[in-house]
Amino acid sequence: MALRFDREAGQGLRLISLTLAYVLVMLAAPLLMVITFSFWTQDYLTIDTTLTLNNYREAWGTPIYQVLMWRSLKISLIVTVVTVLLAFPIAYYLSFHVTRRKALWLFLITVPFWTSYLLRVFLWKVILGYNGVLNSALLGLGFIDAPLTFILYNLNAVVITLAHAWAPFAILPIFVALEKIDRSLLEAATDLGDSPLRRFFRITLPLAMPGIVAATLIVLIPTVGDFITPRLVGGTDGLMISNMIQIQFGKANNAPLGAALAVSSMVVIGLISVGIFLVGKKLGGRVR
Amino acid sequence: MKDTHTKPMIVIDQVVKKFGSFTALHGISAEIREGEFFSLLGPSGCGKTTLLRVIAGFEPPTKGKVAIGGKDMSGIPANSRPTNMVFQSYAIFPHLNVEENVGYGLKTRKMSKADIARDVAEVLKLVDMESYGKRKAHELSGGQRQRVALARALVMRPEVILLDEPLSALDKKLRDQMQVELRSLQRSIGITFILVTHDQEEALIMSDRIAVMFDGRIEQLDTPEGLYRRPVNRRVASFIGVMNFLPAKVLGVTDQHVKLDIAALGQIDVPRHDIDPAFDIEAVDTIGVRPEMFTLLADADDTAQMKVQGEVVDSEYYGDMTYYSVRLAGHDTPVTISMRNTAGRSVVPPGSQVTVGWGADSIVVFKE
Repeated sequence: MALRFDREAGQGLRLISLTLAYVLVMLAAPLLMVITFSFWTQDYLTIDTTLTLNNYREAWGTPIYQVLMWRSLKISLIVTVVTVLLAFPIAYYLSFHVTRRKALWLFLITVPFWTSYLLRVFLWKVILGYNGVLNSALLGLGFIDAPLTFILYNLNAVVITLAHAWAPFAILPIFVALEKIDRSLLEAATDLGDSPLRRFFRITLPLAMPGIVAATLIVLIPTVGDFITPRLVGGTDGLMISNMIQIQFGKANNAPLGAALAVSSMVVIGLISVGIFLVGKKLGGRVR
Repeated sequence: MKDTHTKPMIVIDQVVKKFGSFTALHGISAEIREGEFFSLLGPSGCGKTTLLRVIAGFEPPTKGKVAIGGKDMSGIPANSRPTNMVFQSYAIFPHLNVEENVGYGLKTRKMSKADIARDVAEVLKLVDMESYGKRKAHELSGGQRQRVALARALVMRPEVILLDEPLSALDKKLRDQMQVELRSLQRSIGITFILVTHDQEEALIMSDRIAVMFDGRIEQLDTPEGLYRRPVNRRVASFIGVMNFLPAKVLGVTDQHVKLDIAALGQIDVPRHDIDPAFDIEAVDTIGVRPEMFTLLADADDTAQMKVQGEVVDSEYYGDMTYYSVRLAGHDTPVTISMRNTAGRSVVPPGSQVTVGWGADSIVVFKE
C-alpha cells in the first residue's frame, strides 16, 4: 500500500513538475530575492550585502510610510466592504432567483474583463471627471449647480474604481457558496417557524460565510498592493503604499527600502487575512 | 383503536396543483384522522410529495383548500402551520450540532434556554440519541441523522408530523428496524403522522390507512388489509404486492353469486358478498389471485376446493418462501405462486408437473 502510494505521489509530482518549476522560478525566487534585498543596503549603484534591519526601522518608523500604510489598509478595507456588500445581493439574486440561463448571467458578469483594466480606469476618469459624464448629466438634469469635485482625484474615486473592478471576483465565490446551500435546509428552517429574515441570518448567512471570507480575501489582498488605480484617479490624497514602493525601486533608487516596505505590507496583510479567516470560521459553519 | 381515530385532523378539499401546464394534483380530497398513521403511497411522479408540500405550506394549492385541526390553512405560511416535516435529505443544519439542530425551532419560539435544554434532552432520549448532543451532522450516520430530523420535528409538539420518504436513504436492515421504531413511537405519542413513500411494503407495515396515488389522483384510500385484499383496480392491485391476472367472462349473475368463466381455471361461482355492491358486475373481464392463494398440492393433500394442472417453469428461493412460476394448462402466461417452506417440504424443481389448488373466495374481480 505504501509503495503504491509513493508511486502515485511520484506520478503526481511528475505531472505538476513543469508548473511547479515555473512557479518556483517566477514566484518563489523573486519573493526570496525581495526578502533578501530588504536586509541589504543600496548606495547609488553599489549594493552593500551586510545584513541590517535599518530598512525595516525606516519603513516602520518614518511617518510618511506609516501614513501610506494606514491609508492603503483603509482604502482596501473600504473597497472590500463596499465590494462584498454590493456583490452579495447580486450573487444572492443569481443563486436564488435566476432559474433559467444562469450561465448567461455569469457570463455577463465577466464582461468587464474583456477590456483591459487600464482602459476601465480611464473610463472611470471620463465618467467621474470635472466635465465628465456624471457631472454633465447631473448638471443637465438640474440636480447640481456646479460640477462635483469630490468624486475624482481622491480616495472616493479609488474606492469606486476598485470596487467596480473587483466586483466579479467577489460575486463568484459568494455565488458558489450560496449555490452549495441545500435548499431543503431553508425549507426546514421555515418549517421550524423562522420568518424569511430570521432564516437568512440563521442559515443562509452562516452557510455563505466561506464564500464571503473568500470574496473578502480575494478583494482585500490585491487592492492593498494596487498602484495603478491610485496613480490614475487617486490624486495626492489617494496615493497608497505601493506607489511609494514603486518610487523606492525607481526614482528614489533605494531597492532595499522598497523591498522592506513590500515585505512589511505583505506581513501586515497576511496577519489581517488570517484574522479575517478565523473570524469567518467562527461566525459561519464549516460547510461539509 | 379505530374509534379513537374518528376526529378529522386534516381535511383536504378538492386540492388542485398546477406547475405551468402540468397538473400535479387533480382535485384531491381526503380526510386524515387524529392520531392516525397515514401514508401517501405511489410511484415517483404521482404527486404524493406535492400533496405533502401543500399540507406543509411549501406549495400553495392552485385550487381547493387544506384545513388542519379545523382551521383553514389557506394563506397561512409554512412557518405558522401546526405541522413539522422530516425531510428526505433530513436537512440537518451542517453548522449546528445535534442539540442546536433539535432546539432550532424552540429558539424561534423564544423559549428560555433552560426550557429548550430540557425539551431537547427529553426528545433526544426518546429517539435514543442523548449521548450525541454535541455532534455535528457530518459526524452522524444515516440512521442517526434520521433520528435527529425526527427529534427536531417532535420537539415542536406539532399536531401533525409530515415524513417525506424518511427511510429511503437507509440500508434495508436499518430501514426495517426504523419502520418498527417509528410505528411504535407514533403509537406511544399519539401525534398524527403522514408518510410519503413509494415502498408498498413500508406503507403496509406502518400505516393505519393508505392513500394509493397515481397521476395526481387518489386511486384508493383504505386500510393496508383492505388495499391488499380488495384493490379497486388492476393498477392498485399490481402496485400493492404481487397479483396474478387472468382474463374472465361473466356467464351469469344471481343474487348470491357471479358465474365466471376464467382462463385456465374454468367455470366457477364467485360469492357476491365479496364484491362492492356499486361495482358493475356485468363488466367484469379480469380476475386477480394473490400468489399465496394458490397451493402446490402434494399427492396426499386433497382438501382444496378446486384443482388445476400445471408445470413449474421457474422458481425463486427466498429462504422462508419460494416463489414458483407455473404455467397452468390452457393458459400461456405463467402465474406466480408462493409457498411457505415448511419442514419436510422440498423445493419443486422446474419442469415438474404439479397440481395447483385454489379457492373461489380468493378471487378479486376487475373490469377495464
